Amino acid sequence: MDFIFDLFSGANIRWVLFGSLLLGCASGIIGSFVLLKKQSLISDAMAHAALPGVCIVYIIFEIKSVPMLLIGATITSLIATQSIQTIIKHSKIKSDAAIGIIISVFFGFGIVLLTFIQQNSSGNQAGLDSFIFGQAASLVRSDIQLITVGSLLLVILTTLFFKEFKISIFDPLFAKGIGLPVTFFNGVLLALVVGVVVIGIQMVGVVLIAALLITPPLAARYWTERLGMMAILAGVFGAISGASGAVLSTMIANLPTGPMMVLSASLIFLLSLLFGSKKGIALKAVRHL
Amino acid sequence: MDALSVKNLAVTYDKQPVLENVSFSVPEGSLTGIIGPNGAGKSTLIKSILQLLPTLSGNVEVFNQPYKNQKKLIGYVPQRSEVDWEFPTNALDVVLMGRYSHIGWFKQASKKEVEWAKTCLDKVGMAAFAKRQISQLSGGQQQRVFLARALAQDAKVYFMDEPFSGVDAATENAIIKLMKQWKAEGKTVLVVHHDLQTVEDYFDHVLLLNKTPIEYGETQVVFTLNNLEKAYGGKIAFLQKGTASSQGVK
Repeated sequence: MDFIFDLFSGANIRWVLFGSLLLGCASGIIGSFVLLKKQSLISDAMAHAALPGVCIVYIIFEIKSVPMLLIGATITSLIATQSIQTIIKHSKIKSDAAIGIIISVFFGFGIVLLTFIQQNSSGNQAGLDSFIFGQAASLVRSDIQLITVGSLLLVILTTLFFKEFKISIFDPLFAKGIGLPVTFFNGVLLALVVGVVVIGIQMVGVVLIAALLITPPLAARYWTERLGMMAILAGVFGAISGASGAVLSTMIANLPTGPMMVLSASLIFLLSLLFGSKKGIALKAVRHL
Repeated sequence: MDALSVKNLAVTYDKQPVLENVSFSVPEGSLTGIIGPNGAGKSTLIKSILQLLPTLSGNVEVFNQPYKNQKKLIGYVPQRSEVDWEFPTNALDVVLMGRYSHIGWFKQASKKEVEWAKTCLDKVGMAAFAKRQISQLSGGQQQRVFLARALAQDAKVYFMDEPFSGVDAATENAIIKLMKQWKAEGKTVLVVHHDLQTVEDYFDHVLLLNKTPIEYGETQVVFTLNNLEKAYGGKIAFLQKGTASSQGVK
């Protein structure tokens, strides 16, 4: 008990806990809409595509300024999304293949750049590789502030657009028919996903942040048939996954944060799959008796 | 006055013409059946009038005003198969979507709007299913939820895309009742329709379409074997019996 008390008494860890809680919450809520829009894989591509952006900015400016790196991440994420849509529109390639190509090309390029940085720059590169799997322990106060403010902003925006997202995902044709700017709403949702990726990249890493978008809402779907409740539950599940992942990885040296968060989220998903009150396997089995 | 007038509408898909040279005007208060063979572009016509698809050319006016200024006067019932019925929401929520353009951005539906949505569900015999998850409704019940949503829009011109396909008798009756009510209220209705046997019973106007309008006008003038053959080409053979007999009754 003392150990745990000590752990939470440190100012830094409390901040990390708070940030990861909010980040998980924001990604769960936004993920609910992404999941229903069947864009889970696109969000994964956006996350992977953030890596080359980080590396390019570092190579050009040779300083580890987090805001600059994140601007780089945003730019390559958006380029990746645009490339996917261009490929689908102008070729016979289907969306799954297009996403597959873009994920591997951008991530592969990112790894090459990262290797280049590690071999060529003078010791200052420390920390960049934590962008791959995330490292909560390496975060400084300003990083956490960015995550906290960013997450709150994302949650507020999603709440504002709740009704508009709902109709444009459920029935885009009807929404367009009554004069709603569906394309604009799609763009807003995409921007929110980029937002989660960019603020979460240091803590969760590019490889696994999409799982934090997808898994909590997937688990929530097993407990409710209402979109509002699904988003709230996904936010709660995301917050639990985020916080427990961050704490576990801080307690044990060299344990990356992203994988721990994803394992927590997966455990919640597994329990929901089995015992969920709406579609859970146990419930179905009981009904069949 | 014409409720809807379409001029020189053309649509291509993969550089193949889907619709060309479409011009027609629909009088206010009429009930029009849009009929034609598979691939004639019936659904495409509705969607391009509603600007849901890119068009090559064309001009659409509603009550002599450009379409884009008149969107609030338009009601739309899409094909049931075009949405994901596993979406986590209930019947009442779907009907409320018909009010979204009236409610305005970022605002929640008021009590008055919710009451109105319930009234609309009641009118299609679905009051008891308001809180029912949409995936647990039958095909016909889902169609009636869409009808209630269109009703909730309180529009002046309604477009329905194959509302009768795959529905039960209760739903069919609900659709017919609703169309009659709309007609009585002076509203204009356009319906993509498949079943030639029922055309004369349901509609007072017919648009015969096969990539371009073959004929448009009052049902008894347009709905003739001769015109049907022009629209359907060789595919008319299996229809002759029914159509001919219904013409014989006249």
